[in-house]
Amino acid sequence: MLGGFYASVALGLTLVFGLLNIVNIAHPAFVVLGSFLVYAANAQWGVDPIAMGVILTPLFFLLGMATYSVYHASFEKRDNESLRGLAFFFGLMFIIEVGLILQYGVDYRLVNAPYIGKVINLGSVTLPLRMLVPFCVALVMALGIFLFLSRTYLGRAIRAVAQDQLALQLVAADPVRIKRIAFGIAIATACVAGALLIVINPVEPAAGRVYIGRIFAIVVLGGMGSVRGTVAAAIVLGIVESVTSTIYSPSWAPAVAFGFLLFALAVRPAGLLRR
Amino acid sequence: MSDTLLEVREITKRFGGFVALNQVSLVVARGERLGLIGPNGSGKTTLINCIAGALPTDGGSIHFDGFDISGRAAHQRARLGIARSFQIPRPFHSMSNVENLVIPLEYAAGDRHGGNVDAEAREILARVGLSDRADKSCSGLTQVDMRRLELARALAARPTLLIVDEVMAGLAHAEVDEILAILQEINDQGITIVMIEHIMRAVMGFSQRIAVLDAGEKIADGDPESVVGDPRVERAYLGE
Amino acid sequence: MSHRTFFFVVLGLVLVSLGLTKAIENEYYFFAGYVILQYIVLATAWNILGGFTGYVNFGSAGFFAAGAYTTVAVVKWVDLPLLALIPLSGIVCGLIGLATGYLTLRLRGVYFAIATLALAIVLETIIANWEHVGGAAGAFVIRPKEVMFFDSYVEFLFWTMSLLAAIAVFAARYIQHSRFGRGLAAIRDDEGVAESMGVPTLKLKLMSTTISGALMGLAGAPFVYYVTYIDPPSAFNLEYAVNAVAMPMIGGPTSWLGPVIGAVLLGGAQQIATVTISSELNLLIVGIMLVVFVIVAPDGIVGLVRRLFSKDPRA
Repeated sequence: MLGGFYASVALGLTLVFGLLNIVNIAHPAFVVLGSFLVYAANAQWGVDPIAMGVILTPLFFLLGMATYSVYHASFEKRDNESLRGLAFFFGLMFIIEVGLILQYGVDYRLVNAPYIGKVINLGSVTLPLRMLVPFCVALVMALGIFLFLSRTYLGRAIRAVAQDQLALQLVAADPVRIKRIAFGIAIATACVAGALLIVINPVEPAAGRVYIGRIFAIVVLGGMGSVRGTVAAAIVLGIVESVTSTIYSPSWAPAVAFGFLLFALAVRPAGLLRR
Repeated sequence: MSDTLLEVREITKRFGGFVALNQVSLVVARGERLGLIGPNGSGKTTLINCIAGALPTDGGSIHFDGFDISGRAAHQRARLGIARSFQIPRPFHSMSNVENLVIPLEYAAGDRHGGNVDAEAREILARVGLSDRADKSCSGLTQVDMRRLELARALAARPTLLIVDEVMAGLAHAEVDEILAILQEINDQGITIVMIEHIMRAVMGFSQRIAVLDAGEKIADGDPESVVGDPRVERAYLGE
Repeated sequence: MSHRTFFFVVLGLVLVSLGLTKAIENEYYFFAGYVILQYIVLATAWNILGGFTGYVNFGSAGFFAAGAYTTVAVVKWVDLPLLALIPLSGIVCGLIGLATGYLTLRLRGVYFAIATLALAIVLETIIANWEHVGGAAGAFVIRPKEVMFFDSYVEFLFWTMSLLAAIAVFAARYIQHSRFGRGLAAIRDDEGVAESMGVPTLKLKLMSTTISGALMGLAGAPFVYYVTYIDPPSAFNLEYAVNAVAMPMIGGPTSWLGPVIGAVLLGGAQQIATVTISSELNLLIVGIMLVVFVIVAPDGIVGLVRRLFSKDPRA
């Protein structure tokens, strides 16, 4: 179940990291930013968190496009992306995090919705809706992205950018514009993921950092840029973590993620599902 | 000392399901000037990446100077005397031109360089005609000077085998001649040269022998005239 | 300046700091000075890997804390003097650096950065679950009542850190002007080309992660005695990770001088600012400065100054 949520976070990153080759370590911070905006709307007007997450996507889309524009102008064009680009996203992550702390304090925040707290029983298995709803939403989103990438002109163009920028230029498409759109979409998914996160768990401003290792592990293990692989890897990690917390103790869960990451790095080029 | 400097024995290289090199063999004699040609995507650059050790091979072996170097890392091969230039010039961009040459002199050349690294670097820059720019940053160079630097840096590794990958692509007629003159001078000093080139005039005039790759296989190997006359080579270039 | 001359200059500064402990009465200056010196060590350590080699370490807080907790772990076991504990912390963190490098450096560079992010979290998890060093509850360490020669323990800590800063800066400058340092610069510029020019890239990178990790451990080692109470959140504070990246990037990552300038400016400003504004706001400013600097002045303050005084139109 947790895997579904992981997939929703990793999706955006797999677009950016796997396809565009931009190491956006601030991605989880964008997710947490989404969580807090959803929280604010929920606390103020009682808007359903997931609906709010979807409503906010255009805003995040624009935010993502703006971020990419700055990134492109400052780093890609100048051809010194690696070191300084990483530092840029690191700084960005930090600004979001500390900005949230200043606004909301370091406390955990949570939301209210009719399905939070309810459970359904499937035979002997008890499923809390708090987990099931995000899981379904995440799968729908993954399917949406998958169809978008494989069926639409723009989606194929995004995948083409990953393959060969020059060739794309020859067919008169502007790679920078396409990448900007892709980055926007990725950040928009972060917003939905943020809504899911706060439905599943209470959120605090630094929550994003805990997920960085996991999310990158998923993206790498998912085969860098493959939607199906990302979903599969996310679910595997979700299961492995649940099992560890049950058998040992929840406090060891982050260590599992790291082990998972190392494992992912060791078997990397193939990923779980070969492309 | 045998006459053979480099011997490539049936090497294969696959990228996923795509076979980039299929059991390619190649022998290069000491002091020879070999041209390596073939259509785009035929595996030329992959072949030299395998020889230089930048890519691991999936079969076959590579012998250099009598040693089997198949399992050696790229930097070890550089130390043994294999140097290369890159198709798209890749200077160390934070360094001046002299500093660019200091790296191979200090590392690849090992004890093949004399005592004074700085003086040697300047002397090599002078040989390719860059001495007036020695202390300038490499990012201000023109295309042709960029190629010169690329050549100079490979020379600073004090190689016995120099592999040049399309070092003349996109240059004007006169500039091609300048580079060819430099290469000839290098060869006169006993350095073996393997040249990948699309400019036929250059590669035909320069090479003593030419090998042709097409779709990952070697389809011809011989003196320039006979290779050009080979119907298979014609087919590879013109299509069927 | 030759290494020899520079060595004496640095040695002179260490002696001056020793003199300061006699001349100045107000202990606050030593508390503040200790933090700035600690950042000089941390930023310099980060820069050997980040600025010289081009590999970004986001887990500086993890190395720092590992250094601090090495001290705790050993002291709880046998009572050794601090000056004997410091090298131990350096060795432990050097080994952590080596292990991290060994596991990730064979792959593309960004994986190293990601792994370091996760590493800090994992180390924190381990420490929080390790009862010997206090676990999540933290641990107290009692300062020795007296130290030879110094009037107070804080003065002694201040002087110790100035010695460590001297070692770190001297090492960084030495590396920058050595064959090793030039090899690292080649790796930073283009790893593939460096390898083809005979640079044993893997070996050099591992040496670089080890040295960088070890120096970070040194910076963390006396921390327990500075705060006397340590728990995972304080030792793994994000402040260290952020400052370790921000200080060299703002000062200028390609030279040994950059992190020193960055640490003195940012560290000094923070020491003044924490008195007047909240520490969060303070960190927010660091984050914004980092982003602005990497966009506007990619080579930091050192780069800006060089550009002003250089006749090369490109630079």
